[in-house]
Amino acid sequence: MPTAGSVPSMQPRTALEALTLPPLALLRSSWPWRSLAYLMTGGLLGVATVGAVVALLTVGTVLAVVVVGFAGYVACLLSGIVVARVERRRLRLVDRDELPDPHQPPPRAGLRAWISLRLREEATWRELFYAALSAAMLCWMDFLVLAGVAYTLAISIGAPWTIADEPLSSTLPATVAGLLLGPILGYPVIAWAGARAAMARAMLTPRDNARLVEVTRSRARLVDAFEVERRRIERDLHDGAQQRLVALSMQLGLARLEVPSGSPGAEPLAAAHQLAKQALTDLRELIRGVHPKVLTDRGLAAAVGEAASIAPLPVDLDLRLPGRLPPAVEVTAYFVVSEALTNVAKHAGADRASVVAMLERGRLVVEVRDDGRGGADPACGSGLIGLADRVAVLDGTVTVSSPDGGPTLLRMEIPLPEEAA
Amino acid sequence: MRVVIAEDGVIVREGVAGMLRRFGHEVVAAVGDAVELREAVREHRPDVVVTDVRMPPGFSDEGLQAAIEMRAADPKLAVLVLSQYVEQTYAAELIDSDHGAGVGYLLKDRIGEVTEFVDALEAVAGGSTVVDPEVVRQLLGRRRDPLHRLTVREREVLALMAEGRSNVAIARHLVVTEAMVAKHINSLLAKLDLPPGTDDHRRVRAVLAFLRG
Repeated sequence: MPTAGSVPSMQPRTALEALTLPPLALLRSSWPWRSLAYLMTGGLLGVATVGAVVALLTVGTVLAVVVVGFAGYVACLLSGIVVARVERRRLRLVDRDELPDPHQPPPRAGLRAWISLRLREEATWRELFYAALSAAMLCWMDFLVLAGVAYTLAISIGAPWTIADEPLSSTLPATVAGLLLGPILGYPVIAWAGARAAMARAMLTPRDNARLVEVTRSRARLVDAFEVERRRIERDLHDGAQQRLVALSMQLGLARLEVPSGSPGAEPLAAAHQLAKQALTDLRELIRGVHPKVLTDRGLAAAVGEAASIAPLPVDLDLRLPGRLPPAVEVTAYFVVSEALTNVAKHAGADRASVVAMLERGRLVVEVRDDGRGGADPACGSGLIGLADRVAVLDGTVTVSSPDGGPTLLRMEIPLPEEAA
Repeated sequence: MRVVIAEDGVIVREGVAGMLRRFGHEVVAAVGDAVELREAVREHRPDVVVTDVRMPPGFSDEGLQAAIEMRAADPKLAVLVLSQYVEQTYAAELIDSDHGAGVGYLLKDRIGEVTEFVDALEAVAGGSTVVDPEVVRQLLGRRRDPLHRLTVREREVLALMAEGRSNVAIARHLVVTEAMVAKHINSLLAKLDLPPGTDDHRRVRAVLAFLRG
């Protein structure tokens, strides 16, 4: 832990760090008072938790005959959420860094959705454990520390009043000692407050998987953004370059009608016409590679059908895909199939390929098989690695089985979001 | 012919209109979206409609949907749909609408083949089925098993048939006699277990149904 002394400009972030301040600086700072406030509110929170849980359990048990009573039990299970929320605010007294809320926002409005989400969250159970620990032990330790400090100060400073049968000459030194002791007692208060806060932070901090969800989401957003961009490019090419090339080709065609076939201009004109048509063909292929329109209009099954029909070998299709899937899933699955068929045509030396797609237990499963020579190694510079990355963003997997001599089977699975499954 | 054109790009729309006028056809309306297309067809009752698949407001397949709906309401309405790419799905939806008589599905690029394009439009207006050679090429590539029984020449004839060409046109294209074409057609229809047909568009439909599997 860096000491505040070695880096003078650095302010302590927590009560434990504050202990390293020079004594006078510490006593002049707000840390002793903040720590005191933290322990007092901690004690009160613990007692309030015990009271509330006892009340809820009593109400729940009394009313258990009518079903409403279960609400009391459920509320008990969820009480940790409230305790943790208060704890996160309280923590700011002795810890300058905010503790993020580990909970996800509920998918829908309404109490039902909220409760069912919370009961499924791991964070809820950690918070319940923290609340139990806090009510059973930590709050009493808060009281113990506070009481110890208060008692020590009271008997020393208050000696002249409490010990009336002794002369002032023997009790007054105790008062003086108590006044000197007071600042020193700040140390155990700050130390316990700091230790307790560190414990709370360790127990209540969001786990990495929550952060991973967020990272995955932002990667998914990035993929979506790419997809939106590809669609825009496709539209721009279609509205701009393609329109003009069609018009150009048409004008050249009309011009050829006007020029007699034997004239000197006929030949270059025919060549120009040919070039314009070739440019249109190239552009069409390019646009299809950027984003196939039929995918947006008709969905995955139709687009896979098109990909199969332009493949240079016969492809058997078995596509059991009712309705439309989320756009990100359709696009990713389409490009996987398209890349797989390209690889089959290029490398496998196959006579036939087949594509099977179906929904299985909330997942889209796509298999591309061929009867070629096998031995495909996904690590050897195939476009499949990049596609596997895209599939991974959707929490899906791509597996390839390709023994030497074949056959090769590529299997892709993508879980569907709940509303689409 | 009285033609309604629907296409959102101004250059292509005006270009096609000018081209059709040059060939002596009357362009009664040239519009930029599917809503205007429906109104124009109601108002002018054209002999044939040329429409882009993708149009405002959604830039999805409004043109195709409008074509299919209008044909459901009036099966006599001839429609030629232009698409940026060959999409089997679109072609199939269109050809399945009212037995495929008087429909066409072409790549937009074909506008550049001025004479062929106008021929195709006239054929559609006359009740034929016209399918882009690219669609046929893809379908032939997909279905291999039964097709290997066909000779190379028979496959050529099949592809031209599927594009909606008449026996006369096929004969001219392959530089053979019409009788020879008829012989090839009977032979290949028999090999594919398809009923021999006389009616051009019904024949195209049978072939396409076979190719689609």
